Amino acid sequence: MSDKFIVSTSPHVHSKFSTRGIMGAVLLALAPAGITSAYFIGYRSFAVMAVCVAACVLSEWVWQKYIMKTKSTISDLSAAVTGLLIAYNLPPDIPFYMAVCGCVFAIIVVKQFYGGIRCNIVNPALAARAMMLISWPTAMTTWTLQGMSGATPLAAMKAGQAVKISCWDLLVGNMGGCIGETCSVLLILGGLYLIWEEVISWRIPVIYIATAAILGQLFGHGSAVYEIFTGGLLLGAIFMATDYTTSPMTPKGQIIYAFGCGLLTALIRTWGGYPEGVSFSILIMNIAVPLIDQYTAPKIFGAVKKGGK
Amino acid sequence: MNLPTFLGGVHPPECKELSEGKAIENLMPSSGEFIYPLSQHIGAPCSPLVKKGDRVLVGQKIADSEAFVSAPIFSGVSGTVKEIALKMTVAGNFDTCIVITNDGMYEKAEPLEKSDPVKMIRSAGIVGLGGACFPTHVKLSPPKDKPIDFIIVNAAECEPFLTCDDNLMRACPDEIIKGLEKVLEIFPNAKGVIGIESNKPEAIKIMTEHAKNSPKISVQPLKVKYPQGAEKMLIKAITGREVPLVPALPADVGCIVLNTATTYQIYLALEKNLPLTEKIVTVSGDAVASPKNLRVPLGISVKELIDACGGFVNDPVKLIAGGPMMGLAMRSVDVPVVKGTSGILALSKKLAYLSEESSCIRCGKCVEACPMHLEPTFLDHAVRLRDYETFEAHGGMNCIECGSCAFACPASRHLVQSYKNGKAAVNEARKNKAKAEAKK
Repeated sequence: MSDKFIVSTSPHVHSKFSTRGIMGAVLLALAPAGITSAYFIGYRSFAVMAVCVAACVLSEWVWQKYIMKTKSTISDLSAAVTGLLIAYNLPPDIPFYMAVCGCVFAIIVVKQFYGGIRCNIVNPALAARAMMLISWPTAMTTWTLQGMSGATPLAAMKAGQAVKISCWDLLVGNMGGCIGETCSVLLILGGLYLIWEEVISWRIPVIYIATAAILGQLFGHGSAVYEIFTGGLLLGAIFMATDYTTSPMTPKGQIIYAFGCGLLTALIRTWGGYPEGVSFSILIMNIAVPLIDQYTAPKIFGAVKKGGK
Repeated sequence: MNLPTFLGGVHPPECKELSEGKAIENLMPSSGEFIYPLSQHIGAPCSPLVKKGDRVLVGQKIADSEAFVSAPIFSGVSGTVKEIALKMTVAGNFDTCIVITNDGMYEKAEPLEKSDPVKMIRSAGIVGLGGACFPTHVKLSPPKDKPIDFIIVNAAECEPFLTCDDNLMRACPDEIIKGLEKVLEIFPNAKGVIGIESNKPEAIKIMTEHAKNSPKISVQPLKVKYPQGAEKMLIKAITGREVPLVPALPADVGCIVLNTATTYQIYLALEKNLPLTEKIVTVSGDAVASPKNLRVPLGISVKELIDACGGFVNDPVKLIAGGPMMGLAMRSVDVPVVKGTSGILALSKKLAYLSEESSCIRCGKCVEACPMHLEPTFLDHAVRLRDYETFEAHGGMNCIECGSCAFACPASRHLVQSYKNGKAAVNEARKNKAKAEAKK
């Protein structure tokens, strides 16, 4: 009879969740939209995705192994998720060196400088996109679709042109845009899968999308349908705004945060200098998360409700 | 069906089918050493009343204390006192224990003397048998200014694997109801409610049937969710009341909660004049050959229980006293069954959770899971920074250590370990402060 047992604190059983499992589910949910866009755009979007994922994973590995000399965390797949998200936010014709710069910036400056997973204050993929948009404005806003270069629907709307895209093209993503943001149907399916798997809650995506669409129409920017299905709103609301590290933990906080994202997106799209406001809205709300968390702490069981905090 | 419950909690795999519906078997070995730690309850430890060489009988008081918050200890076997020495106990440390060599005759001592019911419950050595081991007579003596209107029998049995309460209800429904009636006599203005999770339909049916003739007693099925059997969550589900923050007690909202086995023991004490000498224990887990519900004399070695269930299979990696969510991991089978032991589980690598912890990812699953509505990851962070003031300010002392957060955590953070450390540090600081003030 064996007499050697492991002694540890309770609990002695565990749920199905693991960091790696969650990140894997996110990758799986993202995949179909990427494959479809590759179908419309061509092999180059595949190449950008591969370069971004590789650059992110490699920079995390090098940083942890040679500079911090700690255990590598690339196996938790979070760097791969960041890489894929950066790729989804880039135009397919982006030069590879720019994509690599963005990835290194995201992983090293935004994520690892602050202490790695959990410690970054803004979403690494979005911060990288914002950095690239400022550094290479032309390359980041030039779109080619089936050999034709042209503006994205949002940019056209900003310029005051009439935009006419068939419903079918809107849904499957046959229009100008970043690699992963155009195929609405599959992005929504990916989101439903993540909600079903309890990886994310419905609150942030639903409230964010609804707020942005309704306010966009109210502000006179465009019809609610266009607000939702063009640009990066679906990708942002489902996959970027829901990033654990940079979104509130409490239900109440998530509602406030999602509303803020939606409001800012509508404001930027209508009156801002850029045609698209999803990235900046989420980045700004990311910074507000510690404050939101502090003011929306749940009432402890049995505590008497206090005014304010 | 919308059954009452509480907000938060988790759904661990129930694993009750292993020992469910297996009638309670008696295990009375004819020899062996029986070990009785002097501290089997919350409160003052007992002092031995016997010495080396004394002959003792089943139900003979072998240790007691003058203190109010304490409970006497009785021998579960007849035999001779071999020694009073340091022995390993369930928690893995060495405590002073009375060791009795069993002569296998099970010769009974005189029954208890009749007296006032609360006194009798104390003299029968009854403590909370669910695992907390809080002396029951203390629970039944609330301050006069706190009227009690609910006596709740905790038959939720929300811990996975455990089926001892379920089977006790199926076997002895009348006894449990009589025990509850006896307690209701002490509190004439109170109603009795037996709360059972709905995954025990057989027990619910039997208890409802047998409670028919007691107008003050009702059976309340509850939603299956861990930790439904935590005192505060049970009170919330049944009465809608929230016990205020620590150090408030259930009596502050007019409730007293008793475990099923405790209620049964109250019946034995008040109706049959018997002290607490036996315990019903679920022996289960995927590393036990044939899981069972056993009625055993207190003080018996865990090894005897495992042997009675066919020994180990599938290489056990963890041996647990209690349930898998809150139980204690034991390092050896050579420890005695005590008053608080409700289960002995042997888990193989497949079930036992041995994952290495990684960095928090702020997913918020712990916040969602916490039945006390705390922010577990925040408290964990504070403890690891040794910032106990923040831990206390954010309600850390209210943690009930149910393990829901650690169960849900994808990063396998050792959250419960943190709260235990944090609570211990805060208590230590409070004690030192009180000492320093006393000196002034």
